[in-house]
Amino acid sequence: MTAQVAELSAVDLHEAALELGDDCLVLSHRLAEWTTHAPELEEEVALANLALDLLGQARSLLSLAGEAEGRGRDEDRLAYWRDDREFRNLLLVEQPNGDFAVTMTRQLLFSAYQELLYERMSSGTEPRLAAIAAKGVMEARYHLEHARLWVQRLGGGTEESHRRMRRALDLLWPYTKELFEPTEAWVRAADQGALPPLSSIEGSWRQAIQAVLESSHLEAPPFSAWQSGGRRGRHSEHLGHLLAEMQHLHRSHPNASW
Amino acid sequence: MPPTYSDESRELAFQEAIDSDRTVEPRDWMPERYRSTMIRQIAQHAHSEIIGMQPEGNWITRAPSLRRKAILLAKVQDEAGHGLYLYAAAETLGVERRELTDLLLAGRQKYSSIFNYPTLTWADVGAIGWLVDGAAITNQLALTKTSYGPYARAMVRICREESFHQRQGFELLAELSRGTEAQHEMAQDAVNRWWWPALMMFGPPDAESPNTAQSMAWKIKRVSNDDLRQRFVDMTVPQARALGLDLPDPELGWNETRGHYDFGPIDWEEFREVVGGHGPCNLQRISVRRAADEEGAWVREAARAWEGRQQGRMSAA
Amino acid sequence: MSESDDWPLWEVFLRGRRGLAHQHVGSLHAPDPELALQNARDLYTRRGEGISIWVVRSTEVHASDPDDQGPLFDPPADKAYRHPTFYRVPEDLQL
Repeated sequence: MTAQVAELSAVDLHEAALELGDDCLVLSHRLAEWTTHAPELEEEVALANLALDLLGQARSLLSLAGEAEGRGRDEDRLAYWRDDREFRNLLLVEQPNGDFAVTMTRQLLFSAYQELLYERMSSGTEPRLAAIAAKGVMEARYHLEHARLWVQRLGGGTEESHRRMRRALDLLWPYTKELFEPTEAWVRAADQGALPPLSSIEGSWRQAIQAVLESSHLEAPPFSAWQSGGRRGRHSEHLGHLLAEMQHLHRSHPNASW
Repeated sequence: MPPTYSDESRELAFQEAIDSDRTVEPRDWMPERYRSTMIRQIAQHAHSEIIGMQPEGNWITRAPSLRRKAILLAKVQDEAGHGLYLYAAAETLGVERRELTDLLLAGRQKYSSIFNYPTLTWADVGAIGWLVDGAAITNQLALTKTSYGPYARAMVRICREESFHQRQGFELLAELSRGTEAQHEMAQDAVNRWWWPALMMFGPPDAESPNTAQSMAWKIKRVSNDDLRQRFVDMTVPQARALGLDLPDPELGWNETRGHYDFGPIDWEEFREVVGGHGPCNLQRISVRRAADEEGAWVREAARAWEGRQQGRMSAA
Repeated sequence: MSESDDWPLWEVFLRGRRGLAHQHVGSLHAPDPELALQNARDLYTRRGEGISIWVVRSTEVHASDPDDQGPLFDPPADKAYRHPTFYRVPEDLQL
């Protein structure tokens, strides 16, 4: 290892792991909300699989964030005792499930991003992040494939499903710019080679999404009122409700173990 | 139509095969009543798995630790899977899943009435795992030897997968029982509410169970309701002691002569009420299922339309 | 609410590990082959039960009639010479 490769600072590792972990935690929660409401029983099983994969990733990443911080916060302390302003997830993943078209569109946009991210991360310089990414990339690839199949079927299915897909894209597209806006911690992590620079995956992401949309008779909206802020703790209205539900029981029994 | 001579002889041969423990397979000749009984029983079992996702699903988004959330999500997912295995077993008898779903939604086929009780606290998730799955497994283990092959095979798979379900429930309650005072109370309250409904899961007493004799003769059912119930009670009492929780029955006690635990009378009036559709959650459970079915219709239709177009493209090419 | 036609039924075959043949494990509903494969993976390999999956439209499976069991499967019963145990060889030889 050469001298100019400094190590990622504990603070930056903590921040980076939180950003990645909160994405997984919040999206997993959203997918779990589908339980007993899926459009077909086979899809119940599929959605639960996506939720479980992401929950597993969230647990590894939040544990890592806690370790890096060194103040004794474990995965549950981080998941249940932070308020919305302390969450670092993308606005995209906290958007409500809507109909199945919204859920699959959200999944496509996110999984394509996560797959590219994890692929680069798995050969990054931070061994713990790299290990989590190496496992996660297989999962992300599968999620992307599942979302792709559904987006194609809904986009090219019936008039109604096509209309719903277009609405879903209009609804979610404004949150896609934030995917490629790095925080300061991310920039430093990228400088150290622990995370890829977001600019390095943006082109591939656009191509991948473009290809799926084309094969689904859909196109990206020409203009959007871009929304961002999640990575800095400024969220949409929706996250507060999600956290209220998720954290309520745990916080009602402050010293209990489960 | 009166049975023809040949049907009669086939029926005799069928019974002989059953008596010598030969498994019945989908394309074998079988008496119409065997077929319809089997369809009804497997369908009700499948419906129970699917409706049974709701009471536990109610707590997924509020699970108090990420570990518990993962466990619960995996468990409820298993239930969807088990429902699917069972519907598939029913479909080997020449009925479609769609028909069975419609019968469920129309209230013309039942599901286990235990799922018409609400899950009021987190401890209910533990009580369901420990008591309800415990009772279900007792019942299902007996069904792994049922005479209809596809049903028996589904049961083997389900029993293998479900062994974690009861354990996680026990573990969850153990954690609560030795936790804070509030947690212990929560656990005891849940056991108080779920104990009697769990005993009812084995069905009415043998003397009042009209279908039992024929089902036993056909080896659809291998152990009677009362015997299974006794087996469950004998198994559960020591577990409750280990948990440090009381079972809400003052008459519960070891009977030296019988070599079994005695237990108090079951309120069959309540059972009939709940089976008859007047339980706390009957309407809610079905309406959730119906909403999912209706709201999913456009998705299922879109996928069919897309596939139809692919086929068209292939044959045009 | 009721639909004229359900998603079609598929039979699922799994290879448990390398060296084993694919075995029938059950069935499921799916609109097309790609989703059938995904659904099969999600449903039948939740606990690592397989490394390869086949799905076949159930309507494409042609089965023998159980009433033909006699003519189809009885004839080999008297052809013991197809089995190695039919032949006597010196016991001290490995053959």
